[in-house]
Amino acid sequence: MKNVARYHREIPQRYRLEAGKCTNCGYIAFPPRLICPKCKSKKFETIRLSDEGKILTYTIIRVSAEQFSKQTPFAVGIIELNDGVRLTTQIVDTDLNNIEIGKKVKIVFRKVQEDGKAGILCYGYKAVLV
Amino acid sequence: MIGIVGYGAYLPRYRIKAETIAQQWGSDPESIKRGLLLNEKTVPGQDEDTITISVEAAKNALKRARINPQEIGAVYIGSESHPYAVKPSGATLVDALGIGPHVHVASYEFACKAGSEAMYVAYSHVKAGEMKYALGIGADTSQGAPGDALEYSASAGGAAFIMGKENVIAEILFTHSFTTDTPDFWRREGEFYPRHAGRFTGEPAYFKHILGAGRALLEKSKLSPKDFKYAVFHMPNGKFPQEVGKKLGFTKEQLETGWIVPWMGNTYSGSSPTGLAAILDEAKPGDLIFMVSFGSGAGSDGFILKATDELPKVQNLAPKVRDLLNNNKIYLNYGEYAKFRKKIKVNE
Ligand SMILES: [Zn+2]
Repeated sequence: MKNVARYHREIPQRYRLEAGKCTNCGYIAFPPRLICPKCKSKKFETIRLSDEGKILTYTIIRVSAEQFSKQTPFAVGIIELNDGVRLTTQIVDTDLNNIEIGKKVKIVFRKVQEDGKAGILCYGYKAVLV
Repeated sequence: MIGIVGYGAYLPRYRIKAETIAQQWGSDPESIKRGLLLNEKTVPGQDEDTITISVEAAKNALKRARINPQEIGAVYIGSESHPYAVKPSGATLVDALGIGPHVHVASYEFACKAGSEAMYVAYSHVKAGEMKYALGIGADTSQGAPGDALEYSASAGGAAFIMGKENVIAEILFTHSFTTDTPDFWRREGEFYPRHAGRFTGEPAYFKHILGAGRALLEKSKLSPKDFKYAVFHMPNGKFPQEVGKKLGFTKEQLETGWIVPWMGNTYSGSSPTGLAAILDEAKPGDLIFMVSFGSGAGSDGFILKATDELPKVQNLAPKVRDLLNNNKIYLNYGEYAKFRKKIKVNE
């Protein structure tokens, strides 16, 4: 059984790309943190990250964890969003040969995981080529 | 003035051609394409469902409406493929888009007309003065049984409409609904694929209800078909909307822009709403638009809309339906399609 409480707690980041921006030095923490790693300030404002960015690097997964085995082969990339924040996510809806470092992507809302046949559906972000 | 202040559509990138399905079942591709006027249809990705399609369509509607999502007072999603039997699709959508939590949310169902229902109620809330904005969405990821005629048409996609009073891009002038108990198409609780009553789906169902709502709308508005620039009807295949349009007195030219079914398939609750979005992509200020949906069981919702001076300002703020239809297509073979649509039995 999926940890429902944890999924629920992470909804602002998973659904809306909410991050914490340090009001002292401008550092953006995603996921949000309590203390700024740069200036040690504890004051953050909530911002929504850009939904556009580019591929920094990627890899093709051919043998995956059990719950993703029906999607293989699939691509997982590190995406640098326009505001400089990096996140790791699947790159979907493309022939894997089209994926290249530096290509522009857009963040989309997708189903990330199904907890078996009867459990909850987990949604979040993935990337598609623009 | 009350009407649409923002609209948006979403279609998956995957496609399957009618001939690919026909070859699988030993049918003649040309007779299918000629008979149903269907070339290909959209197929949802393995990670797409009614919720994700609704979110993407609504994002595009918000881009055009340019409003604070917090001001949306109601969210209704009409679909016959809500991912949960119990848990509203709209609850996920409001959290994904930063709407609410002070918002009224519900899932609607009425076969293929659940989307127009959502639009109808959203519009009525604003008209009643209950709220500033309301969002109505029609989206589906429908399934036809393998080898059934529905397999050529059942596709995936949706459209979202934000209703409001300020900066209206298409004023809603008249509405009308028409409903009777007609068992033309159904799916019992727990069944995976729907059933339909073959030829019974045409005359007593589709045609009777669209004509019923359509004629009443014309009477109410004292307008005649020639007054309209565009008309769109529910599109279960390519043929039916053309025939029903003709019966009501509309020409092929009036139907052309919204008639996207040959390349999209039947997106069920998203069908006529996505056709309307395709019309709004091109309409000019002053153009009158006639729309009638159809849902089996059976009923129709009709709208008469008029494009305003605001429309051209927002048309390019989000992807247009024709671009979603024509760009980034990925064709699937039947095996890939069967896997995507979970038509293959596997060990869990
Ligand atoms: Zn700092």
